Amino acid sequence: MIAHAVVFYIFSLIAIISAIMVTVSRNTVHSVFFLILDFISISCLFIMIGAEFLGMIMLIVYVGAVAVLFLFVVMMLNVAQQKNEWFVASDSSSHIPIGLLVSLIIFSELLIVIGGWKYKAELQDSININLNLNLTNTQSLGNVIYTDYVHLFQLSGMVLLVAMIGAIVLTFRKRSGVKTQSYLRQISRERYEGVELIDVETKKGVKIDA
Amino acid sequence: MPEYASILISEVIKILMLLVPVLVSVAMIVWLDRRVWAFVQKRRGPNVVGPFGLLQSLADALKYIFKEIIIPASSNKVIFILAPIITMTLALISWAVIPFSEDFVLADINVGILYLFAVSSLGVYGIIMGGWASNSKYPFLGAIRSAAQMVSYEVSIGIIIINVLLCVGSLNLSDIVMAQEKIWYVIPLFPMFVIFFISALAETNRPPFDLPEAEAELVAGYQTEYSGMMYAMFWLGEYANILLMCALGSILFLGGWLSPINVFPFNVIPSPIWLILKILLLFILFALVKAIVPRYRYDQLMRLGWKVFLPFSLTWVVLTAGYLMYFDLLPGN
Repeated sequence: MIAHAVVFYIFSLIAIISAIMVTVSRNTVHSVFFLILDFISISCLFIMIGAEFLGMIMLIVYVGAVAVLFLFVVMMLNVAQQKNEWFVASDSSSHIPIGLLVSLIIFSELLIVIGGWKYKAELQDSININLNLNLTNTQSLGNVIYTDYVHLFQLSGMVLLVAMIGAIVLTFRKRSGVKTQSYLRQISRERYEGVELIDVETKKGVKIDA
Repeated sequence: MPEYASILISEVIKILMLLVPVLVSVAMIVWLDRRVWAFVQKRRGPNVVGPFGLLQSLADALKYIFKEIIIPASSNKVIFILAPIITMTLALISWAVIPFSEDFVLADINVGILYLFAVSSLGVYGIIMGGWASNSKYPFLGAIRSAAQMVSYEVSIGIIIINVLLCVGSLNLSDIVMAQEKIWYVIPLFPMFVIFFISALAETNRPPFDLPEAEAELVAGYQTEYSGMMYAMFWLGEYANILLMCALGSILFLGGWLSPINVFPFNVIPSPIWLILKILLLFILFALVKAIVPRYRYDQLMRLGWKVFLPFSLTWVVLTAGYLMYFDLLPGN
C-alpha cells in the first residue's frame, strides 16, 4: 500500500506542478507541452484507481488528438512570433483588468456551484452496492452508458454533431481563383487530347493557336 | 523489502528478455528491408559485412555511436534532445502488451488494444518536437505534414479496430487472438485488412506516404538537424514502430500466435514462431510496397484518409454490427 501511495503522490505532484507551469511559462509551446504532461499524469491517476478504460481514452482523445491540434496552432503562431514580442508588448497591461474581472466571475460561479452541491441520497447508497467483479470496467461503463443513460448519451452526441457542423460552416468559405484538380478528368484524359502530331514544312514553321 | 526487490529484479529480467530480441530484430529487419528493396530493383543490397551482409546494421549502428552529436545553436535544446528519446521509448513500451503465446506476454491488461492505440497516437510527439525544436524550415514543414497525416490515419485505424472489437467483444489482445480460433478475421473482414495495411503504412510514415521525410523535397524532414546517436534513435524507433504495426496487424487479422490449421505438422511448431512468421510476412509486404509504389501527393494523401477510408470503414462498422445483430452472433450474450 505504501508503494501505491508514493506513486499516487508522485503523479499528483507532477499533475499540479505541470498545471501551474502551463500558466507560468513564457513560451507558449512549452505551455502546451506542460499541458500534455498534465493530461498524461491525470490518465496515470485514472489507471491507478482501476479506471483503465477512462485513462486510455483520456490519452487517446486529449493527448493523441486534441493536444496535437493545439500544438499545431501554437507552433504556427510561434514561427511568426519567434521572440514572443506579441505577449510582452507595451500595452499588454490594458487587458489585465478585463482578465481579472472574467476570472473573478468564473471563480465566484464555481464557489456558488460547489457550495450548493450535495450528493443525491441514492448516490450515497451506491457506495454499498455490490460490485460484480467478473465484469471489467469497460463492460460496466458500456452497460451504464448504452443501457441506463442511452438517451442522454445520444443527446450529447447530437450536441457534438451540431458543434462540429457549426465549426465547419463558420470556417468554410469558397475561394475564387483557386486551381483545383479533378481526379476524374486527370484519370480519363486520353492521349490524343494532350499530344498532336503536325508535319512541319521546311522554312515555313507552324502556327499554333492556343 | 527483499520481496519487493525480488519482484523488481524478476520483472526487469523479463523486460530485458523482451526488449533485447526486439532491438536485435529491428537491426535485422532494416537489413531485410534493404535486401528486399534491392531485390525488386535488381541490385544486390548490403552484402559485404558478415554472411549475406547480415551484420550491416550492426556496422551502421557502430558508426552512429561514434559520430559526434551536433546540436544546432538556435535550437530549443531540451526539446531537441527529448524528441528522439520519446520516439524510441514509445516504440519500445508498446511491446509490453503483445502476446507471443497464451502465457508468454509481459503485461496481459484488460485494455491492451487501447493501450497500443494510445501509445501509437503519442508517437507523433517525437516527430513534432524534433521538427519544432530544430528551428529550421525543412524539419518544421516535415513535422507539420506528419502531424496532420498521423492524426488523419489514426481515425481510420481506430474505426478498423472497432470493427474487429465488435466481433471479439473484448479489448484484451489474448482474447482477440483466441476469438480467431475458428476463422482468421482476414477472411470475413478482408476489406478492413487492406485498409488497415494502407493506414499502417501512413501511420509509420513509410513510402508511399513518407511525406514527412520526403528526401527529395524536404531533405529528410524532421531528421534533418539530427546526427549520430540521436538520428539512430529516431531510426530505431521508426523501425520498431513498423514491426509493431506488423504485429498488430497479425494479431487483429491473421490470428496472432495461432497456427493456420490445427493438424500435426503445424501445431507442433511453437506459437511464438507463428507470430514471428506472420510479422515477417507483413513486413515483407511493407518492404515491397516501398520498392514499387511512387510517393503520393499531399492532397491525394489527405483525400484518401478522410474521403475514402473514413466513410468506407464507418459503413463497414454499421454492416458488421448489423450482421452480428441480425444473426445473433454478438459476443458476450
